[in-house]
Amino acid sequence: MSGAAVSAPVASAVRPPAREGDGELLRSDATGLAARLAAGEVSAVEVTRAHLDRIEAVDGDVAAFLHVAADQALAAAADIDARRAAGEDVGRLAGVPVAVKDVLTTIGMPTTCGSRILDGWVPPYDATVVTRLRDAGAVLLGKTNMDEFAMGSSTEHSAYGPTRNPWATDRVPGGSGGGSAAALAAFEAPLGVGTDTGGSIRQPAAVTGTVGVKPTYGGVSRYGLVALASSLDQAGPVTRTVADAALLHEVVGGHDPRDSTSLTDPVGELVGAARRGAAGEGLAGMRVGVVRQLDGEGYAPGVRARFAEAVELLAAQGAEVVDVSCPHFASALAAYYLILPSEASSNLARFDAMRYGLRVGDDDPLATAEQVMTATREAGFGDEVKRRIILGTYALSAGYYDAYYGSAQKVRTLVQRDFAAAFTRADVLLSPTAPTVAFRIGEKLDDPLAMYAGDVATIPANLAGVPGMSLPSGLAEDDLPAGVQLLAPAREDARLYHVGAALEALLLARWGAPLLDRCGQEDSA
Amino acid sequence: MSGITRDQVAHLAHLARIELTEDELDRFAGQLDAVVDAVAAVAEVAADDVPATSHPVPLTNVTRPDVVVPPLGAQAVLAGAPAAEEQRFRVPRILGEEA
Repeated sequence: MSGAAVSAPVASAVRPPAREGDGELLRSDATGLAARLAAGEVSAVEVTRAHLDRIEAVDGDVAAFLHVAADQALAAAADIDARRAAGEDVGRLAGVPVAVKDVLTTIGMPTTCGSRILDGWVPPYDATVVTRLRDAGAVLLGKTNMDEFAMGSSTEHSAYGPTRNPWATDRVPGGSGGGSAAALAAFEAPLGVGTDTGGSIRQPAAVTGTVGVKPTYGGVSRYGLVALASSLDQAGPVTRTVADAALLHEVVGGHDPRDSTSLTDPVGELVGAARRGAAGEGLAGMRVGVVRQLDGEGYAPGVRARFAEAVELLAAQGAEVVDVSCPHFASALAAYYLILPSEASSNLARFDAMRYGLRVGDDDPLATAEQVMTATREAGFGDEVKRRIILGTYALSAGYYDAYYGSAQKVRTLVQRDFAAAFTRADVLLSPTAPTVAFRIGEKLDDPLAMYAGDVATIPANLAGVPGMSLPSGLAEDDLPAGVQLLAPAREDARLYHVGAALEALLLARWGAPLLDRCGQEDSA
Repeated sequence: MSGITRDQVAHLAHLARIELTEDELDRFAGQLDAVVDAVAAVAEVAADDVPATSHPVPLTNVTRPDVVVPPLGAQAVLAGAPAAEEQRFRVPRILGEEA
């Protein structure tokens, strides 16, 4: 992988498609595409084919997809067109293509989680998120790359090679969901689905100039989401606009009896909230809290400058900016890197070479199940997965449990209390999403601690279960995108869409064109 | 309190059923030692009277109606198995293992 970094000394970018022909379809947001499909202005097959052609043209450079299901996608699109022609109700996303992170199970498509241990595995069932996408008429384009079992912040820990950032192909697209974010930034798909355990939707969104939302824990079903850390994992939308995220969230969210941690609350009016925000309604008097601990030291100057401008834009519309302190966020990263490995070491015990996935070492008829299991896990897991399983096994072992796992769970309580106090003073909280722009491929691969530090601003939301959104704040260091993060109280996801859409509209008015239009533009420096 | 040795990593890998190579043991020991050093600070943050949180959104006694639904079926489930025989998972021998 370090060889890859060396072989691309000059950064190139994957520029947005031209405005005419198929390019115009590719540039459309999902909300607009759905409307045009419903009006019969364009067919699902045309839209799907345009995106498959785009994948064919650029994914050699981006490597966002692990599996492209071209035939299935075209068949699904033709089915939508036929059913629409017959007057059937074909669903809110009928004919709109979607890219799905390879951690969600899909009938008829491999699900590898970026790991050799699941190479070629085709699940016998769909994740609930996938069922709801299909029911809404969405066309699954394929499965997107990710850090192995979602452990990482760069997508470099995929067993199938790294995904490249469309803004500069020698840079990472963030992680673990770098594949879905890069697919959106490269206009290979108008919608994507990710999962966020410590920032894996929001941080890739920030460094690729796209939008990502981690819903309230329990807001979107985890059924069929291959578990990393069950008390932290949450699936959510990966899009280019806040309104598209609201639409996708409404489609995939809501109670699922197959997930015992699924909330029973209705999803809420997220599309409506985004519409009100974009129209500038309800900003006056909105209390926007800037978290003191998620700014300053460790955050790049350009990232901080774009963040400060975003806060000023909201203030200029009458939002009341308040300074809030969350003192225990300083310990959130340490607590997370004990809780996550502990849960992961337990969850990944299921990869035992007995029921699915890889099996090695059984050619010797005298080999025992334990020998086969041990050899399979050595051969099937990559470095980062092994490190975290060992760390989790350590944190849970007798004599260390109270000091490590037990203490981390107490910090989790303190982080929740910090949020509770902050939300008495502010309606939403704001911070930069990630402390820096995208780093270079290979740069942090041998330094796990440096990699972990990129999650410092996103992790508190997972520990507390509150919803978070990242949207582009502008270009920072090296003319690469940075993100601003919005956080709301649990079950108040609508606030993210309200304030997020408002901020997005204000930034768009300032820029004059979407930020992604500046991807690969020579004159942006 | 913090710190993790190469021998400990080898023992933990055995407990986790991962057969690490000598090279991996060398690399991981140093990397994990640094990580353990960094995360060990959590022990000093919380007072004894702070309750532990295991789950972000408390839910209790979640049940669903006890209704029989169609299962996936053996054929679909075994299609992804490394080895199958007579509608069952075929596994390596499980008897005669060392303790």
